Amino acid sequence: MKNRVIDHPVLDSIDEQKTISFTYDGKEYKGLPHESIAAALLANGIRTLRKHEESGTPRGIYCNIGHCFECRVTVNGQQGVRACLTRVSEGMNVASGEKLLTSVKDWRPEND
Amino acid sequence: MTDILIIGAGPAGLSAAITIAEHGLNVHVIDEYMDAGGRLLGQLYEEPNGNWWNGIKESNKLAEKASNLGVKISLNTSVNNIEKIDDKWVVYTDTNTYSTSHLLLATGAAEEPFPIPGWTLPGVMSVGAAQVMTNVQRVKPGERGVIIGVNVLSSAIAMELNLAKIDVATIALPKINQITEESGNPENVLNSLLHVAHMAPSAFVKFGSKLMKNDFMKKLGITFFPKGGVKMWGIPIQLRKAVIEIYGEERVEGVKMATISPTGEVIPGTEENISADFVCIAGGLYPLAELAAVAGCPFHLIEELGGYVPLHNNRMETTLDGLYVAGNITGIEGAKVAISQGVTAGLSIVHNSGKQKLDQEIAASIQAIEKTREEAYIQFHPDVKEGKKKLQQYWEAHKSSKQLVQS
Repeated sequence: MKNRVIDHPVLDSIDEQKTISFTYDGKEYKGLPHESIAAALLANGIRTLRKHEESGTPRGIYCNIGHCFECRVTVNGQQGVRACLTRVSEGMNVASGEKLLTSVKDWRPEND
Repeated sequence: MTDILIIGAGPAGLSAAITIAEHGLNVHVIDEYMDAGGRLLGQLYEEPNGNWWNGIKESNKLAEKASNLGVKISLNTSVNNIEKIDDKWVVYTDTNTYSTSHLLLATGAAEEPFPIPGWTLPGVMSVGAAQVMTNVQRVKPGERGVIIGVNVLSSAIAMELNLAKIDVATIALPKINQITEESGNPENVLNSLLHVAHMAPSAFVKFGSKLMKNDFMKKLGITFFPKGGVKMWGIPIQLRKAVIEIYGEERVEGVKMATISPTGEVIPGTEENISADFVCIAGGLYPLAELAAVAGCPFHLIEELGGYVPLHNNRMETTLDGLYVAGNITGIEGAKVAISQGVTAGLSIVHNSGKQKLDQEIAASIQAIEKTREEAYIQFHPDVKEGKKKLQQYWEAHKSSKQLVQS
């Protein structure tokens, strides 16, 4: 839990005993019940939440308050969920966004 | 149907809801975040009297008070659109559609980014993102960060990161370009920095800021600004160095900085690499006014208020019937001003719902806003009063042109 700010000189300390389990891209992780998916992942050292749909470059959180839509993930099969606005919960199944085949470009390998 | 609908559960929205509920009307607050409080949640600073302003506690107090008065608060609810149908405002959310005669927009502010090469790398975030991660989510944005952009917001958040024992290697300017013209110019930045000088425990900044109150001294200050920066809370603030690039393969590994001239020009051959695992971009705040735009409010660009603001009067009424604004959508200021504005908006709504004899109370609440503004500890824009005066003039002009059309 070294990535968490457990004790704070001004704020109350947080309870790290009660953890919940969730999966990200099939791997199991522990989170705390108060936190967002983005925070739970960052606490586990995960910064990349998706690949840009077209370029495939990695993306993580940018604004952390729902404005930028950079942290979109799939939650229990529902696409386009903002990881910064959604609380992580027991048994949650989170998947990162991947590069897509675009209909705009000719995506055959020889044209990649 | 709910009597009154409020979009935004921040300090302005909640205090408006409390005021309205206290007068016995039904009120429903919608917000897309998972906790009530808005940006107030992340705030943490020590006031001159030695008390800490703890945004989480203040948010909880407001939310609890509202709930106890019967205010319904729907969190995790995003508003997609609003429109006027007949004499009702219709609000479309991702779960329900609501209609109301009185709609308050308390949507707050958003952060202005400035694009820099490498800014899409994971680990690059807005400075407010780092604040929410640290103070609200209680997860470190990283071990060692660089903040790009020197202003009131970034200075305050740097201090908050420091409190949580997160290392901020430096606060520096962005390389000057068309977008960063203001924020990349050391003279402009020094000018705005003078307004946070009172927050710095460093005698140098405090002393220096008094010396630099005229233009000549300011130029001198920039020319002789120490190469190692000035330290605020132990963090070097650089006004003679700019970040020209964020580097890293799959994530942030550091930034490339260079020395700049007093007007912001990069001096070739001075580039150096600073290692970091997170980078914050701090471009300042602007009023988040999309919904007012969608509704059809007239707008004015008022730099002193942080950008385009919907035209409104001091009773927080817009030019559209039944549409009100409060908080940072009306200009960038602190949470306490937002709370005061919420009270006025709430009273106006109660008054316009048919309750008589509120004029005196409304007048007193408008005075309370101004008093709060004058006593504000953190001022985001030094000339906010000037901006409010301009807005008032625009309102008068609008009113008289309307009367002209009607007569």
